[in-house]
Amino acid sequence: MTENVNPFAYAPAPESRELVSIETSYDLFINGKFVAPKSKKRFVTINPATEEVLSKISLGGKDDLDLAVKAARRAYESVWSKLPGKERGKYLYRIARLMQERAREFAVLETLDNGKPIRETRDTDIPLAIQHFFYHAGWADKLEFAGNGANPRAHGVVGQIIPWNFPLLMLAWKVAPALATGNTVVLKPAETTSLTALLFAQICIDAELPPGVVNIVTGDGSTGASLVAHNGVDKFAFTGSTEVGKAINRLLASSGKPVTLELGGKGANIVFEDAAIDQAVEGIVQGIFFNQGHVCCAGSRLLVQENIHDHLIEKLERRIEKIRVGDPMDKNTDLGAINSKEQLQKIIELTQSGEIEGAKAWQPDCALPSRGFWFRPTIFTNVSGAHRIAREEIFGPVLSVLTFRTPQEAIEKANNTPYGLAAGVWSEKGSRLLWASRELKAGVIWANTYNKFDAASPFGGYKESGWGREGGRHGLLPYLTHSSTPRVKPSKGVRK
Amino acid sequence: MKKTYKLFINGAFPRSESGRSYPIYRKGSKVLLAQPAQASRKDLRDAVRAAREARLKWQSATAYNRSQILYRIAEMMEGRRLQFVEEIMAQASLTKSVAEKEVSEAIDLWVWYAGWCDKVGQISGANNPINGPFYNFTSPEPIGVVGVFAESDSSLLGLVRAMAPALAGGNTVVVLASERYPLSAITLSEVIATSDVPAGVINILTGIRNELTPWLASHMEVDGLDISGEKSRRVEIRTLATENLKRVADFGSSTSPNRILALMDQKTIWHPIGI
Repeated sequence: MTENVNPFAYAPAPESRELVSIETSYDLFINGKFVAPKSKKRFVTINPATEEVLSKISLGGKDDLDLAVKAARRAYESVWSKLPGKERGKYLYRIARLMQERAREFAVLETLDNGKPIRETRDTDIPLAIQHFFYHAGWADKLEFAGNGANPRAHGVVGQIIPWNFPLLMLAWKVAPALATGNTVVLKPAETTSLTALLFAQICIDAELPPGVVNIVTGDGSTGASLVAHNGVDKFAFTGSTEVGKAINRLLASSGKPVTLELGGKGANIVFEDAAIDQAVEGIVQGIFFNQGHVCCAGSRLLVQENIHDHLIEKLERRIEKIRVGDPMDKNTDLGAINSKEQLQKIIELTQSGEIEGAKAWQPDCALPSRGFWFRPTIFTNVSGAHRIAREEIFGPVLSVLTFRTPQEAIEKANNTPYGLAAGVWSEKGSRLLWASRELKAGVIWANTYNKFDAASPFGGYKESGWGREGGRHGLLPYLTHSSTPRVKPSKGVRK
Repeated sequence: MKKTYKLFINGAFPRSESGRSYPIYRKGSKVLLAQPAQASRKDLRDAVRAAREARLKWQSATAYNRSQILYRIAEMMEGRRLQFVEEIMAQASLTKSVAEKEVSEAIDLWVWYAGWCDKVGQISGANNPINGPFYNFTSPEPIGVVGVFAESDSSLLGLVRAMAPALAGGNTVVVLASERYPLSAITLSEVIATSDVPAGVINILTGIRNELTPWLASHMEVDGLDISGEKSRRVEIRTLATENLKRVADFGSSTSPNRILALMDQKTIWHPIGI
């Protein structure tokens, strides 16, 4: 290989931007129609990879939420709650099919708005979002078998707030089970990533979903706060930071309203000395660099058995040097843009704290685009459990490496966090995998794999990573009431 | 001979470290029945620490073993049936037949929940069909330490209703006994102490609810609460519980496997399938 010409380099392979037409501004989706916001406020949404303005989004206010909640209530009472499950299911199937037909468009739009690589939106976000609708469609007429009793009932109007890291996928995780169980929805997308939710609104229109069953009110934190405080909402579901999750739970404490919380994490990824090293290296990369590390369940704390530490780190660095960072629209890109300037600042601040506290940073020598928000894949070695980078969620492509000597020590370190969303474990010994999986205090355990998701697989946290599950049979339960659960009484036989 | 009613912490029967007690009279009269301990904040912290340390022992016991231990509580209660009946009659001023019925139901309830230990995972777990070559299964696990508010207007049954589900799910418990009717709770601890329940798995405090409630609700090493038996200060309890996101179960006086599951978390484990 010569210095300047790499004959094996990838030629650019850009996806076509022309696949999507983005309007200059978007209204709110309330009662089956796009309506201008009563608040009269709008804000811009940009492409974080180029800082190009994509469109103007409506900033929903209290009056807009009032209309949306009223529409959802009316739709619940007059149509949706009266519809047999079988018919609700047909709408969900239709939505899934319409999304499949426009999957490529969704993928391009998501990449432009979020900054994540087209390979991820095309192969992960959009297909999984569709699977969620298809999977839940089939539950709509089988709820009596879901485990909440013979006559399970919906709550009514559900308020939902979703994050920016998987915009359409998080919408699907929230909306699909809510509709399948017979609830109606008022959804607030994340401030920086509303475009695919608004395209989804068009899908609802095309599927002829009854007006008001799904309402999408875009906006910022103030919009979300008004939704949480709204009296007309019967149940709440939130995905986001632990801090905001706690604030929501405090606000809802007085009403006793049921709430589902999918919050932050600081996932441990444990590599035992007997692990298949090359597979583990792939899993570590997938665990922390998937989606630029903007993943609540990211394997952001690597726990390596001491005797294989140097060997593993060497292999890991060699692998990270091959990661292609850059244009998210290029089909060869592995690592895209950081979603916002704000998030980039947070990542920079935390990584600086890592260096100040004495950890050793390593980054590959890759070029970054001149515009947009970027951060190189980073690994920190010499990390102690007390360092901020080992305790706080960075939500970026930054891995903290710690070591352990005994399996017990690995578990102790892994569990030494208020979070408990996900963890990984790598070993070729079955009994050790099962032992570690049992001991780890986390809702999802990936054994010899990482960051895998499926509509049939329950996802959710232990401890301060939240409660309730999304996906699978378990994900239906938070959307059904216990009130009609038959009270089982132990039989009272005649006593002698 | 009158009995001294003490606290039950870590398998032992200490008086309150505060040296306090409070009088319990026969209902509707001034006849002194007993002066149980009035637990302090420090007693509560000791109880939580004991429950925390007992988690490993209780969680690592097999479900079959836990089932037999809870069944053993029922057996031991049967042997002290008369004492329970007399205490209920005295505390709550109930007739013998009503008190006998309450004891019978409480014993039956232990037997019912004992049987759930090795079944709850089967009715609520799942083998999830993944779109790809993965084996994926979900099973419920105990959340850890549960703070239990016994029903305040019941001597024995409301106590068992509140604590048995948490234990059947593999949690360890710190129980606040009924303030007005605490005597059955302490007699139950004497039963528990002789039923092979490891020390610290069950801790029972008698005393004044208003003093203890905020500390139990806010304790950072308590992972969940069953507030079914607590009718007052519920908003305050839920607010305090938010600090470390305690799971809060609220089932009134119902009996259901959902009550066990409300104090458990579901864990999903993935593994690739391949040659």
